[in-house]
Amino acid sequence: MENIALTEAVYYILLSLYEPLHGYGIMQKIEELSNGRVLLAAGTLYGALSTLVERGWIEALPGEKNSRRKEYVILPQGKAAVENEIRRLRELLANGELITRGEAK
Amino acid sequence: MKHAVHKLFWAWDFEKEEKWLNEMAAKGLLLTDVGFCRYVFQEGTPGEYQYHLEWLRHFPSHPESRAYIQFIEETGAEHVGSFKKWVYLRKKASEGAFNLFSGLDSRIAHFQRVTRLIALLSFVALAYVVALASHCLRLGYVPEAYLYMFGAYAAMLTLFGTGYLKTLGAYRKLKRKRIVQE
Repeated sequence: MENIALTEAVYYILLSLYEPLHGYGIMQKIEELSNGRVLLAAGTLYGALSTLVERGWIEALPGEKNSRRKEYVILPQGKAAVENEIRRLRELLANGELITRGEAK
Repeated sequence: MKHAVHKLFWAWDFEKEEKWLNEMAAKGLLLTDVGFCRYVFQEGTPGEYQYHLEWLRHFPSHPESRAYIQFIEETGAEHVGSFKKWVYLRKKASEGAFNLFSGLDSRIAHFQRVTRLIALLSFVALAYVVALASHCLRLGYVPEAYLYMFGAYAAMLTLFGTGYLKTLGAYRKLKRKRIVQE
């Protein structure tokens, strides 16, 4: 896996897609996960979803014929990106705590 | 009661236009249709809706735009109307905050599209000025009728050029901000 830093929006979109969700569901899930801090806008989400589908990190589920709402779910590559991001965040956090508490390496 | 209001906003003032529509909505005048310099308002509850507009990549009838608009509508918003590639969207304030863009990246991408549109308009005006000037050079004199045309195209070029620089400035400001934050 390349060394990629995810945006906050992408990180939370991927996390929310460990269970299949449609667009509005993703927005609500992210708001809930972040205790109302991250309010993902619909236009931004739309762009991010198409990019993530192109990358093969998530996929749109075939869905029922009558339902117009598309559901998305995370793919193994997306999960790998999340794992990678968690490692990166751990490093950021550890270094941040170390230095701000005056215990520089 | 419906009211049609005629008002002109240049493309580079789309944020002002959006602000104006929201001010009208706050007064209970809710946009229900748009056309060229024309806004139709329906009297309603003040502050019931929040409005946003966006310059799309494709015309609203294009499949990609239709998919996009449908997606936005599924999040509780409503497509009020369109003019060219501009779409006007609204959402009930009671259904939560309404924004099209969160984070700088998508705002930057939108600004880039608007900047390109204005650049194209400026370029067309410039092409007319150049074509007219070169024609006069070939003739060896400037026919009187051309003077007016020249003036008109030069005014267009100045207007669009100024608009272009304005949006470019705003675009660059966002890009600089992006260096520090998302």
